[in-house]
Amino acid sequence: MSAVTVSARRGADGQAGPRRLPWRRMAGVTWRQHRLALAGVVVLLGALAVLLWVTGLPLHRAWAAAIACHPASSPGCQDLIGNFGASATGGGKTQGILLQVVPALIGAFAGAPVLARELETGTFRFAWTQGFARWRWALAKLVALPVILAALTAAFGVLVSWYYQPYAGGGPAGLYQNSPFGDLFSLREVTFPAWTVAAFAIAALAGMLIRRVVPAIVATLAVYAGLAFAAASFLREHYLTPLVTTSLELPGTSTAWVISQWFTKDGRFAFGGNPPLNILNQYCSGGKGAGPSFAPCLAPHGYTQWTSFQPASRLWPFQWIEGGWLLGLSAAIIAVTIWLVARRAA
Amino acid sequence: MQTATLTEEISPRPLPWRRMAGVIWRQHRLALAAVTVLLGALAVFLWISGLQVHHAWAAAAACRPAGSAGCQDLAATFNGTWNDMSIAAILLQVVPGLIGAFAGGPVLARELETGTFRFAWTQGFGRWRWALATLVALAVVLAVLTAALGALVSWCFGPFSAAGNQALGVYGDSPIVLVFGLRAVTFPAWTLAVFAIGALAGMLIRRVVPAIIAALAAYAGLAIAAVAFLREHYLTPLIASNPNLPGTAWVIGQWWTRDGRLAFAGNPPDGLTSTYCNFAQSPPGKSAGTGGGGGGNPWAACLGPHGYLNWTSYQPASRLWPFQWIEGGWLLALAVLLIAATLWLAHHRAA
Amino acid sequence: MNVVEASGLGKRYGRTWALRECTLQIPAGRVTALVGPNGAGKTTLLNLAVGLTPPSAGEVTVLGGRRAGSPAALDGIAFVAQDTPLYKGLSVADMLFITRSLNRRFDQPYAHARLAELGIPLRRRAGKLSGGQQAQLALTLALARRPQLLVLDEPVAALDPVARHDFMATVLSAAAAEGVSVLLSSHVLTELERVASYLVLMSRGQVRLAGAVDDLLAAHGQASLEELALRYLRETAPEVAR
Repeated sequence: MSAVTVSARRGADGQAGPRRLPWRRMAGVTWRQHRLALAGVVVLLGALAVLLWVTGLPLHRAWAAAIACHPASSPGCQDLIGNFGASATGGGKTQGILLQVVPALIGAFAGAPVLARELETGTFRFAWTQGFARWRWALAKLVALPVILAALTAAFGVLVSWYYQPYAGGGPAGLYQNSPFGDLFSLREVTFPAWTVAAFAIAALAGMLIRRVVPAIVATLAVYAGLAFAAASFLREHYLTPLVTTSLELPGTSTAWVISQWFTKDGRFAFGGNPPLNILNQYCSGGKGAGPSFAPCLAPHGYTQWTSFQPASRLWPFQWIEGGWLLGLSAAIIAVTIWLVARRAA
Repeated sequence: MQTATLTEEISPRPLPWRRMAGVIWRQHRLALAAVTVLLGALAVFLWISGLQVHHAWAAAAACRPAGSAGCQDLAATFNGTWNDMSIAAILLQVVPGLIGAFAGGPVLARELETGTFRFAWTQGFGRWRWALATLVALAVVLAVLTAALGALVSWCFGPFSAAGNQALGVYGDSPIVLVFGLRAVTFPAWTLAVFAIGALAGMLIRRVVPAIIAALAAYAGLAIAAVAFLREHYLTPLIASNPNLPGTAWVIGQWWTRDGRLAFAGNPPDGLTSTYCNFAQSPPGKSAGTGGGGGGNPWAACLGPHGYLNWTSYQPASRLWPFQWIEGGWLLALAVLLIAATLWLAHHRAA
Repeated sequence: MNVVEASGLGKRYGRTWALRECTLQIPAGRVTALVGPNGAGKTTLLNLAVGLTPPSAGEVTVLGGRRAGSPAALDGIAFVAQDTPLYKGLSVADMLFITRSLNRRFDQPYAHARLAELGIPLRRRAGKLSGGQQAQLALTLALARRPQLLVLDEPVAALDPVARHDFMATVLSAAAAEGVSVLLSSHVLTELERVASYLVLMSRGQVRLAGAVDDLLAAHGQASLEELALRYLRETAPEVAR
């Protein structure tokens, strides 16, 4: 063997705690090990971005035409309004719902292999016997990767918000509007990255516990589905105390998120939701009903309708609240994962 | 040395197929258990929701006098169930893709990735027979489970494509549009197709997670193609002049002729409607939300006297089952083709 | 200095003790052979020494009192596990980069020179190398870290006789030239004969014999390591050690 020069001095012997290796050493390591996954995420978001762009331009054009048309009540303008409504509720709705799976897929497929692949293939016996401490190795990966994913998905969330901006209201009567708290809430600039990072964190922990990649991915998708369902069905309406009003005209009627409605009579609670049939038949039986609101036919008889709702102006506070607890949850989960890495292995 | 008469066979009799039953079970029981749990959870959801939907529909349909405020309220309640079920209808579309990809991707890819094919394919059973038994057995189990769930889906969403919904003033849509890919024939067909794609991808890519991703991507592309382009052409659409279609018909296209020549397609241009029709607002039935091809054409009455004739191409709801078999047929053919290709690859090359 | 010191060390998986009451002082500056039949606990002992797993009983320190698995210990020990785990999807160059990034010391010129000698191309994916080449690559990465202690778990199992000879020659010259202590477990006793100067004999989770080879051979009147090992293991366990 030829004599070669050692490029660094032999390290200190037996002294407690030599100076730690700098964190930036992990940059290249993380990139080399996860570049394929990151490339896949970029390709997926890129393809979806193209899709959103291509389908969003006609939607915006239809919307611009509808709001620029005067007079609003003419049949021609009504036609444009109808066209916009049709395109808004057709593919747009389906797209919005299917996009909900994207944060889950990205987080699961990117996060599960970080630890599970090392454990499944045995390469942890290499990675965790190097000079870079195990918990630092895990921390570096479990912070760098979510940060990158958050940046990519935040950019995508901006595009999603642009796409759905025509739904936000403001325009002639009859123009299709949607509450920003609906299906699309978790796809916006703050919530999309927050949900992606949460899925990543769950996947990392699942990978550490289950130690096999594909089962960890499946477990992550299942947990994510439960969490997303809980957030949409129960948690979201309580982020801020809903406003309550007796007015029948909600501010920004179609864009407000109606939580619940109830009727009182003489200051006491009468019934919640829609009136019971006997009261309907008694007071509202004349001709066709008043459509979705029975207040006009019940008001003369002493009933007051109350509505609790969240106005669309609260969109950004809600985004930050949801983003906040998701981020807190992710940080907690990642902390637990790193603690597990430091504690046990083989 | 004694001369012996050798009566050995030229080639030994192949081992019986049933030998593979226990092998397949042990190797794939985790995946099968996960699929069963998922489908079970969905079944519970569909059962509970379906009861609500059916209940609401029955109440709305039986309500007398029709059109009263009380009956309108019941109709609104039924429409309200559609709000949630519409989301479910869309989200459920991912299930065939997920099941097929996660079940099919690892079958061969895991063996190749971990190297255990060097064990499995040097046993006495034979390589392609091993692969055939595994793929067919898993496919059959998946088909049975998903067919059962597909039947449940059809039942659950049944009231949304019932005849007469339009007259009641409730939401109704064509069954060829509504959850079409999730019904008793198409749900298993899609699952099997993705399963076969996953198996072939696993054979080609030789790594589990990329094979799963490839299968998911292929499913997305295929599903979009089917919904956007293929489905409307399975049978030549019926064409009728100014028909009074039930809400369950799937309107594919509309156009108007005048003096035997094409005047315009789709909705009438502003110029015509402002001249001949004087609707105060959008004509009824045109607003979003009632779904389907309900009712007669709203402009027929005002444009007809001026020589414009409406033509509509549509698929009637009675074609639901032929369409199911057609879509199921080509998906199954695709699955068989891909599995055959996978087996051929397994037979001819490995290491 | 003792490169590995264990007192009352034990490791339990579930209810099975893979290693029990292990008390050892392995001196520095030697090539130590860890010998024993399958299931003897060799891999468990090595995993404990390199800090991959915490002990269930007792304690183990390395390199003169450093706690196993501590940063100071990781710094001075290079480990090549059984089946030489490498990132199969990454190239040889990537593996070099990763090892260099994760360690304080890395002798890049040495690694390049050795890989060139072995004819292992830098661009090839680690998973595409032959079994023997993977073992050589793993050893190169370990030696390039300039460790004080090199720990090898069944390193020559996948190598053909010529490669095996070259592998052990490299290990030996590193031990001699750089003063690297070596702890390796193996079944191949004939190879160990030429290289090992300290022996630890294990069976059924316990250390049966430990000491300098010369002393042991003299004390037990055996001519070779193989005979000593076989005889001792036959006496204490029904399995035959090869």
